[in-house]
Amino acid sequence: MAKIKVNQSKVTPEIAEKSVKLCPFNAIYYQDGVLGINEACRMCKICVRKGPEGVFSLEEEEAAPAIDKSQWVGIAVFIEHGAEGIHPVSFELIGKARELAEVISHPVYAVLFSDNARKYTDEILSYGVDKVYCYEHPKFRHFNVEIYTNAMEHFINNVKPTVILYGGTSLGRSFAPRVAARFRTGLTADCTILGMKPNTDLIQNRPAFGGNIMAGIVCPNHRPQMATVRYKIFKKPEKTTPFGEVVMMDAAGLSFKAGSRLLAVKPKPKEIDISEADAIVALGRPFKTPADFAMAQELADLLGAQIAGTRPLVEAGMIDPRKQIGLSGRTVAPKLLITLGVSGAVQFTAGMTGSELVFSICSDPNSPIFNVAHFGLVGDLFEIVPKLIDEIKAQKGME
Amino acid sequence: MKIIVCIKQVPGTSEVEIDPVTGVLIRDARNTKMNPYDLYAIETALRIKGLTGATVTAISMGPPQAEQVLREALWMGCDDAVLLSDRKFAGADVVATSYTLSSGIKKQGGFDLIVCGKQTTDGDTAQVGPEIAEHLRIPHISYVDRLVEIKDKSLVVSVSMDKTTEEWEIDFPCLITVDKGIFTPRLPSYKRGREFKDYKIKVLTFADMEDQDENHYGLKGSPTQVERMFPPERITDKEVWRGDSEELAEKMTAKLKELKVL
Repeated sequence: MAKIKVNQSKVTPEIAEKSVKLCPFNAIYYQDGVLGINEACRMCKICVRKGPEGVFSLEEEEAAPAIDKSQWVGIAVFIEHGAEGIHPVSFELIGKARELAEVISHPVYAVLFSDNARKYTDEILSYGVDKVYCYEHPKFRHFNVEIYTNAMEHFINNVKPTVILYGGTSLGRSFAPRVAARFRTGLTADCTILGMKPNTDLIQNRPAFGGNIMAGIVCPNHRPQMATVRYKIFKKPEKTTPFGEVVMMDAAGLSFKAGSRLLAVKPKPKEIDISEADAIVALGRPFKTPADFAMAQELADLLGAQIAGTRPLVEAGMIDPRKQIGLSGRTVAPKLLITLGVSGAVQFTAGMTGSELVFSICSDPNSPIFNVAHFGLVGDLFEIVPKLIDEIKAQKGME
Repeated sequence: MKIIVCIKQVPGTSEVEIDPVTGVLIRDARNTKMNPYDLYAIETALRIKGLTGATVTAISMGPPQAEQVLREALWMGCDDAVLLSDRKFAGADVVATSYTLSSGIKKQGGFDLIVCGKQTTDGDTAQVGPEIAEHLRIPHISYVDRLVEIKDKSLVVSVSMDKTTEEWEIDFPCLITVDKGIFTPRLPSYKRGREFKDYKIKVLTFADMEDQDENHYGLKGSPTQVERMFPPERITDKEVWRGDSEELAEKMTAKLKELKVL
């Protein structure tokens, strides 16, 4: 543990002004001739590294006793299931877990809470896990956060995995934090890149600030380490000849008391899901009028694509929230993505990096979208797109 | 009935860039606002207040400046506001933040319902609500998008899951996180603004907390650490075209054909 100390003897008004501006969290203040750091400090240490010389220093405090990491073995994946069977994100996570486990020669586990575990175990084993830990009870038929948390607590106490991965679904994002708080351990939401250190520390990278930056997060002195990952961020692994085994856990001692009860489940009206689309035309801020959207729709129809959009368009009520690409929307991985007037904040690009081929039209040559597009077109989309529509029609012999 | 709403002050814009020369984050730190999702949480609490006569307390953890969002909550219709502020709370990740909030909530002398926004726009984790519920050992339901019924001892809510809509009954005391769309948030009232002009917002510090173990708060109570910040990976194999619109449209069509998209 450490904290940042300010050497007041070196502080001048100029230095103070520079320092206040330097802090990305607005945590440095200058009041009555004293340069201070307030509650907003996130210990990014930028002031120590980049601040005026000798003003900010890191003061080490006594370190918390180190945990014995060798006691925690195995990369576990929480298997999410519902009316349509196992959620495919669980298989994507098994694939990633195998890569991570290889670095440290650990086994890969799946953990399943179900009313009928055997229904799922063959399929799980076919993706190459060493052990499927199964908890079976009628009360596991449908997700209940308190009951599932009790079961996960039992699993963690008995198996001691070093890592647990969860799908970043509605269910996973409600469940995983509950487990994290019970063990007072770290949980990183919506990781887009995962890596493993030889000392079994999980490297969890995710977009931060909803902006153009990535944060690399570790959980160095707590176990288990936990992360959620959105659907379609990682590739689903190939099936393999099963080699693992099924371990039935004793669920008898668990508490099934819960303060919430499921009354009804209704299927949502069938809607087009952009996360499964092969081709997408994604729209940004410049789209305002019905004519703008009609133009985009014509292009999309020619390419057999679906229309999607960025967060500002959703917040402005112009696009259905289910068609939002990005960190707070859907992750897409189409064969073709065309972005029109999208600037490319990480908030957006985090949801599209799996796209195979990306064309981007944007008027600002400095837009970060050009860092992630295979082909970038700098220009006025309202001029280019109508011409593009004509060209494509000509190619197709439509006119 | 007593309702607590958890709110947060967040940066006014999510546009953050890295200075290519110094590697420093560029952000206008003076520009802040209430987390937009918290407006829905406040509105939900105020609607329940309207139906049941409940009292609503807004609570936030943050630097002294965060008082501003609590004032906004009062102007919207909250009865009371509490700020948890202490240098010892600084550098908190989700676990420490949710623990501090739950400790502050415990100091409010009981509650029936806690309402949180579904997530913040700066952290984007959606984890603080569920973790508060766990620290308090009460049930929770995330992503509520409709209140179905308010009963004496429970709440019936509707939740939009990925492919289904679920209806849950949840016993008080409990926590819900609400999605946008549950209600349209009201604007702060000018009249209430004047009424609460001199209202002193209660500030609780570390010394006020029941648990006096510093290792449970702020950076010390945070299992996760940000090891580094870096710009996102760029694809190396890319082309940027300039020219007049006609030329660009032709070039793109030719490329689509070459790549067998057309």
